[in-house]
Amino acid sequence: MAIDFDIDFILGHINYWLFVILMLTGLYIVVARGNLLKKIVGLNLFQVAVFMLYISMGKIGGGTAPILTGNPDEVYSNPLPHVLILTAIVVGIATTSLGLALIVRINESYGTIEEDEILELDHQKSQSEIIKVAKEASNDS
Amino acid sequence: MMSLVENHAAILVVILPLIAAPLAMLFGNRNVAFLLSLAASAGSFLLSIYLLMLVKDGAVLAYHIGGWAPPLGIEYRVDAANALVLLIVAAISLAVLPYARTSIEKEIAEKNHTLFYACFLLCFTGLMGVTITGDAFNVFVFLEISSLSTYVLVALGAEKDRRALSAAYDYLVLGTIGATFFVIGLGLIYMATGTLNMVDLSERLASMEGNRTVRSAFAFIIIGMGLKLAIYPLHRWLPGAYTYAPSAVSAFLAATATKVAIYVVIRFMFSVFSIKFGFEQDTLKYIFFPFAVIAVFAASFIAVFQINVKRMLAYSSVAQIGYMLLGIALFSATGLSATLVHLFNHAVTKGALFLAIGAIIYQIGSPLMANMSGLGKKMPWTCAAIVVGGLSLIGVPGTVGFVSKWVLLMAALEAGLWPVSLMIVLSSLIAVVYVWKLVEILYLEPLPKDSQAREAPLSLLVPTWCLILATLWFGFAADFTVHVSDIAAQSLFDGKFGQDAIIMGTEGRS
Repeated sequence: MAIDFDIDFILGHINYWLFVILMLTGLYIVVARGNLLKKIVGLNLFQVAVFMLYISMGKIGGGTAPILTGNPDEVYSNPLPHVLILTAIVVGIATTSLGLALIVRINESYGTIEEDEILELDHQKSQSEIIKVAKEASNDS
Repeated sequence: MMSLVENHAAILVVILPLIAAPLAMLFGNRNVAFLLSLAASAGSFLLSIYLLMLVKDGAVLAYHIGGWAPPLGIEYRVDAANALVLLIVAAISLAVLPYARTSIEKEIAEKNHTLFYACFLLCFTGLMGVTITGDAFNVFVFLEISSLSTYVLVALGAEKDRRALSAAYDYLVLGTIGATFFVIGLGLIYMATGTLNMVDLSERLASMEGNRTVRSAFAFIIIGMGLKLAIYPLHRWLPGAYTYAPSAVSAFLAATATKVAIYVVIRFMFSVFSIKFGFEQDTLKYIFFPFAVIAVFAASFIAVFQINVKRMLAYSSVAQIGYMLLGIALFSATGLSATLVHLFNHAVTKGALFLAIGAIIYQIGSPLMANMSGLGKKMPWTCAAIVVGGLSLIGVPGTVGFVSKWVLLMAALEAGLWPVSLMIVLSSLIAVVYVWKLVEILYLEPLPKDSQAREAPLSLLVPTWCLILATLWFGFAADFTVHVSDIAAQSLFDGKFGQDAIIMGTEGRS
């Protein structure tokens, strides 16, 4: 099945192109940024992109909200994906707020929200554990 | 009353903890919260035994929520595979809760205890819901209920070690990416088929093998779930989360969370998508199989060099997940059966081991191996539990570990893959190394002279030994687990999830 990449195809699927761009932008920020707060922003973009995917698939051109009007020929959008995505929005809010709460706690106990500094502090702690172990081993012998 | 409970057993296993969680919060008293959690877990446990007894010979139960028939309404559907997983989750929760009551006293500030129970119950609700539901989107909802509460539970370990916070944050980011991938996959199959009910989906997907939307949906779902279940290269969150979480939480997560994710992968591979699809067989052959083998060796090898016992057990979990994936990747009913048997056996074993290690940490306050030398003399019961659990991890006859390794070996031989069976035996030898390292420190090293260690309190020992006895019991009387797994695997393989189900809970509805 060959797809013609003509202008109609691209413009006709503009929502989906934007979904792909937004999703990859979000994912890139999560992976590439070291600041925990920026990672959460990226995660948010990533999730919002999925909302767009679901909303687009339920939308019918020229369709109204799915409310009974008495006219049997009324064209209306599919409400199910929209309802589903309400759930996902709630999940997204919960995730974001939990992530932010964790960042506050991390900032309180580490004094930084930069990932490499946190890794460095964690690494130092593991190293001190190993040194302690080695010292105790040499004391025994 | 009794018949009411029986009729609605399928929904009650999820609803009981879901109602108990906010109640525990509202009462605000940690003893009341504990009793509520215990009652809810016990209720779910008894009902999941009841459900398993109904389906253990191959029947399928369906429950329509609110009386709305599928595909419009949400349906709960129970067959032998998910009844087994339900039983695992409920049994582990029931064993861990009495343990948690004592163990969190030293790990979590007292004002947070009610919140701990509430989160624990929500996590439990989510895991049960993921397992029992027959609606694909409902899987996502319950998955997020359990994941969000898991992040909180892991972060509660921060009072002992602040690294719990960064571990919880990592878990949150990776878990959310996984869940979002899963939702994208669901969105794509909804676009292709217009339904979200699993049975309905499997009927409509059967003729859509060549459809690109369906293929990419499959990829998204498997990668998303792969993150949740820590398939080898995607396991980055697991060691940190298991190491720094409070002991009871580590035991509960290690025994249930990844198992439920594996169940979801199995359900989607076999019941929603058809196993006859070429792209699915390729996934098994070229992705699951090599990564499972790498996981078994690499993770066991990493486990050998850990100085933190919980971290060692966490890496061993990654290796054990490899065995389960290997069972699926063998692409036969026996292989799948081996996966399901191992799901049960590993849950019991790893749960018991984390509980026993938690009891040592409770007494000496450190998870480092170096601080545990000679404890075998001071804490004989706890250390004996670790030895039995360790033997089961290796797969010594008489323990459940042997049963799973045996079934997996048979499945590998049946598939004509003798190098694989050789690798299973070889990787068990690496398990011998890390288990021996622990046993050596516990028994053969001298006890420090100023050691104040005493035997763990009974409230920690009894739950640990309940699971250890289960390890031994199901090692000897393996008929039950193997029978249920065989039935479950056969019905998954033949796609019988969609067969005519016995509809429960219609009584008294008009």
